[in-house]
Amino acid sequence: MAEPLLEVKNLTVHFPTDDGLVKAVDGVSFSLLPGETLGVVGESGSGKSVSFLTVMGLIDTAHAVIEGEIIFQGQDLLTLQADEMRTVRGEKISMIFQDPMTSLHPYYKVGDQIAEAVRVHQKVSKQEAHEQAVEMLRRVGIPRPDERADQYPHEFSGGMRQRAMIAMALSLNPDLLIADEPTTALDVTVQAQILDLLDRLKQEFNASIVIVTHDLGVVAEHCDHIQVMYAGKIVEAGDRRDIYYGAHHPYTWGLLSSIPRLNESDTKERLHPIRGLPPSLIFVPPGCAFHPRCPHVFDRCRTDVPELLPADGHHASRCHLSLADKERIFQEEVMARS
Amino acid sequence: MGRYLIRRSLFLILVLFIVSLITFIIFVKLPAGDPARRAAGRTTTEANVEAARHAFGLDKPVYVQYARFAKGLIPWPGLFLNEDVYFSYANFVPVKEEIFARLPVTLTLAVGAAITWLLIGIPIGIISAVRRRSVWDRASMVFALIGVSAPVFWLAYLFLYIFWFKLQLAPSSGIPIGTSVLEAVLQGRFILPWFVLALAFAAFYARMVRGNLIETMGEDYIRTARAKGLSEKRVIYRHGLRAALTPVVTMFGLDLATLLGGAFITETVFNLPGIGQYAVRAIFNNDFPSVMGVTLFAAFFFALANLVVDIAYAFLDPRVRYT
Amino acid sequence: MSVEVTERSQPDRATSETPLVRIRGLRKLFPITRGILFQKRIGDVHAVDGVDLDIFKGETMGLVGETGCGKSTLARVLMRLYEATEGSIEFEGKDITRVKGGDLRGLRREMQMIFQDPFASLNPRKTVGSIIGAPYRLHKVVPRKKIKSEVQQLMELVGLNPEHYNRYPHEFSGGQRQRIGVARSLALRPKLIVCDEPVSALDVSIQAQVLNLLEDLQEEFNLTYLFIAHDLSVVKHVSDRVAVMYLGKIVEMAVGQTLYRNPKHPYSGALLSAVPIPDPDLAAAKKRIILEGDVPSPIDPPSGCRFHPRCPNAQFPRCSDEEPELRPHHPGQVAACHFPLEDRAVIDEAAGV
Repeated sequence: MAEPLLEVKNLTVHFPTDDGLVKAVDGVSFSLLPGETLGVVGESGSGKSVSFLTVMGLIDTAHAVIEGEIIFQGQDLLTLQADEMRTVRGEKISMIFQDPMTSLHPYYKVGDQIAEAVRVHQKVSKQEAHEQAVEMLRRVGIPRPDERADQYPHEFSGGMRQRAMIAMALSLNPDLLIADEPTTALDVTVQAQILDLLDRLKQEFNASIVIVTHDLGVVAEHCDHIQVMYAGKIVEAGDRRDIYYGAHHPYTWGLLSSIPRLNESDTKERLHPIRGLPPSLIFVPPGCAFHPRCPHVFDRCRTDVPELLPADGHHASRCHLSLADKERIFQEEVMARS
Repeated sequence: MGRYLIRRSLFLILVLFIVSLITFIIFVKLPAGDPARRAAGRTTTEANVEAARHAFGLDKPVYVQYARFAKGLIPWPGLFLNEDVYFSYANFVPVKEEIFARLPVTLTLAVGAAITWLLIGIPIGIISAVRRRSVWDRASMVFALIGVSAPVFWLAYLFLYIFWFKLQLAPSSGIPIGTSVLEAVLQGRFILPWFVLALAFAAFYARMVRGNLIETMGEDYIRTARAKGLSEKRVIYRHGLRAALTPVVTMFGLDLATLLGGAFITETVFNLPGIGQYAVRAIFNNDFPSVMGVTLFAAFFFALANLVVDIAYAFLDPRVRYT
Repeated sequence: MSVEVTERSQPDRATSETPLVRIRGLRKLFPITRGILFQKRIGDVHAVDGVDLDIFKGETMGLVGETGCGKSTLARVLMRLYEATEGSIEFEGKDITRVKGGDLRGLRREMQMIFQDPFASLNPRKTVGSIIGAPYRLHKVVPRKKIKSEVQQLMELVGLNPEHYNRYPHEFSGGQRQRIGVARSLALRPKLIVCDEPVSALDVSIQAQVLNLLEDLQEEFNLTYLFIAHDLSVVKHVSDRVAVMYLGKIVEMAVGQTLYRNPKHPYSGALLSAVPIPDPDLAAAKKRIILEGDVPSPIDPPSGCRFHPRCPNAQFPRCSDEEPELRPHHPGQVAACHFPLEDRAVIDEAAGV
């Protein structure tokens, strides 16, 4: 088995606030192999974004308590000094964000913003950096890239802006690209273009990608390996087929049952939402954090926090139900419905 | 852009027209002494007074009088504040001459104060924003509060007392006759006035820069800049400050323009022969042409500054385009 | 054309012949001006550019499209939040295109809207009770003393705790705020509710709750919905009929499942293929139509068929010269295309599926 590109061990990120301690990320462990596309699925408050912002070192350490290890290419990023982390950020690990409209600086030309990223990490002249920027714009499929590089973000459409962001993120050939809700703010047809682009670029640049999203469809189409997060923890992790055709966690079942589907089914069935509301990250329910909303809850769930098991397996889930029960319930309830 | 400029220029003339009309009406309505009599002198004959009245056109109907003044509001050389009408009742000097004679002092005061307040206010604002809730932040906000609350004349006398009277550090106020403005600057005669005038603005700008920068630093593009691996300094200055200062530029242009119309209180307290002092005296003397002249002058500069600042904004913020 | 279609394809829930809403030839243009002192009109944003639409009582009409297609503008013109530039709108047989004053106010009792952003559409300075009760106060249909109890009934109806009457919007979650919006729109028991992307800003698990709620309320109060969304799976789930808009025009309209099984307009096909399917095997088998370029601006729409610059099926010169009309294809389906997509059944057969 290959050496993992990124190994996160027991990451916790807690924010002390006036209202209490917000446990945004509460014991997250996973590894990412080179060349893999990882999908991280969760709703707001699941901790998915904060986890990866921490990997990037973008969480303000003055206001957060961060523990655990983030081992990237053999080095624990959490032990790095600020300027050491800065050399990693943008060059080895890059990130793109949800809203391309506000993520680019409105006052600077797009080409200049990309060139800036290049010059921070490489000793090249302004001219060279500019040429690299134009080339990157071309590779992400923006027509007339030399003209476009001299334009401002507001002159780009939403889809083009996201492409420019991707160009910027890939300009230094990083080994890992983290995409935080990259298509949520885009139209559906543009979304498809961007995701296709990411797939293609992943091959060309030989990078690993993490897609953080709430969209189960996106993850089904583009990710090899999937993690489902809830209340700051990973509640299920597995390969694509494991999750969609054999999920082992009631939250995953709930998500799969509650989304309206486009594929064949004539009868307009009622959706099966997950009852209740997402939990507060300050007052996390005891035992299994999902238990107040779980239709299969039993006594143990209210007191014991379940572990993510099997620990070394490919398909793990954080639930007290037996494996037999999980498989049965999935067949009866989830597969039967869809 | 050309269309825009033409439109703005037309509005500028409109503004001057309205300002002059209102000023004129105020003067017409105010019960004041008879300027003709005052001009003719205390001990004089009725005939002289009548002659004066005629010379000043005060015997004509009100709207005709206004029309004469109105000709002087068009910002065109030869017409603007023309000497025929804009002639001081009090000291018989053309208003235009007085204004231009006093302009260097006012200009020096205004520009010097402006530089001072920028040098004080902006760094304080930046430090406050970057180190929020720290000792620096709280101290600078107290400074801001004092600066904004303290009346200028109080500050002026306080500073004069401390630095001139007690500590003998600053030269006395006023500019002795014969000294040029440059010499006066080199003698340090402007230092206290600059400081006093700048303090309130510095405080205000510190608060504004702080607020803008805090807001800007919360924007998504700052996060992107950090994600690129830029140093924090670069993130703050090239990305954060650049956006945060744009509204400050607008404010600055307008504040500077206001001061060009004369910093009345500062000039009076420090006895500086600028436009402000001239205006104050003219008002007390009921010297209508002077007052009207100064008012129009200030209004013109202010409206012009407005235009310049708006155009500058289009250069600073590429999203803004004028048609 | 669409009239024939809609009349031929009465959805199950429709109970009357005359549509509740009848829109004909609707156009809404926003002028672009330029000038020195007096602004001269040099162009227009063709937000809605010739729409015919019927909405029948009791049905859910889905309206789907991307940015710039005009669906939100259409909704707002229908609600008389904007005035139509051209065309007519009839509500219950009466022409409401230009009504004003008291008539317009009366109309507001019959038509209501639920907005997309549950954070922005509620006044943060008002209590929930006052927000939901505002329609009562404005239209004076309920005596003052009874307003509170009516509001609390509504709150219970939408799944909110009536004891939270005096709370402020920021104390509620996104899904709950959307329920507040729903309650507010129901206050006057309107006949038509326009839902403008009501679940797009909500988490997945909450979306399902709100969609179920909307369904239940429709049953209970015999409501008619115009449901606008960009998420086709959501639209499919709630709608009896669906219309696809592109650059201010309806390009395809179909009843039931027809559109999803058998799209005729290439844009509908592209839209459908772009929706990510949460099922890896089905996703892999999906026929993919990836469009080139971005959604164009409605300021200067392309000549002929507006979709021709991006259309994989376009044939010139017909597609760039001649604007296609909505023509019936299968029962209950109309599409505006010169070279519509082949029937799925035909493709599948040919492929030996």
